[in-house]
Amino acid sequence: MEQTVSYTLDSTLETVDHAEERATRIATELGFGEDEVMQISMAVREGAVNAVLHGNAYAPDKKVILAFERTPDDLVITIRDQGKGIDLNGIPNPLAPENLLKTSGRGIFLMRSFMDVVEIRPSQTGTEIKLIKHVHGRSAGVKEGSQ
Amino acid sequence: MSMKLSTRQVDGVTIVDASGRITLGEGSVLMRDTVRDLLAKGNKKIILNLGDVNYIDSSGIGELVSAFTTVRNQGGDLKLLNLTKKVHDLLQITKLYTVFDVKEDETAAVKAFK
Repeated sequence: MEQTVSYTLDSTLETVDHAEERATRIATELGFGEDEVMQISMAVREGAVNAVLHGNAYAPDKKVILAFERTPDDLVITIRDQGKGIDLNGIPNPLAPENLLKTSGRGIFLMRSFMDVVEIRPSQTGTEIKLIKHVHGRSAGVKEGSQ
Repeated sequence: MSMKLSTRQVDGVTIVDASGRITLGEGSVLMRDTVRDLLAKGNKKIILNLGDVNYIDSSGIGELVSAFTTVRNQGGDLKLLNLTKKVHDLLQITKLYTVFDVKEDETAAVKAFK
């Protein structure tokens, strides 16, 4: 059973779709239920959107690193970009009344809503988002090759 | 599956039937352009039928909010119709369910404009 797979992806919209598709496939293979698969895939999609748009700003020379790791208790997904690092203090609460009708700013909130643990580590060389979902019940292996 | 939109008129109300995914990129742009076109033609009573929308991301949510505020700012109104469970749940956790006027029946939604 392969425990970790990682992908190096371009800063494109296609990457966002591919990240979501891979998350869906891996979460399904690991035995997560339908609702949890949807939550995981959506959290990964939002993380990939952040990396491609806000992190790398579509720069062709910057990559997105996407990794899936199966630990005994968790599915751990890491999304890294090569941007300037997001300012966590600059992210408004999307549930505040004055922000409800804003057209953006819900991505990190959705990640936190759907995953058990979300860790965001910004730095001057990029931002790393770690998404963790606890594995309940039976489990399977991640059978993917790195690319 | 990418998003598809079609429009029809019922008793002076424009119903936009959406299907597929409202996500960053094509889906969001199509939604924006369709609403702008409707407003430009004077159609300010709009129902967005999301019965066949099976997926929406944060960009799609933003596009719904944008459509809602754009129509309202031009003196019109936009209602949502036939939310799937996924979209309903997303609007609940983002606290937008009570912001939008959500209907489950098309006839009632059309009548609500009068």
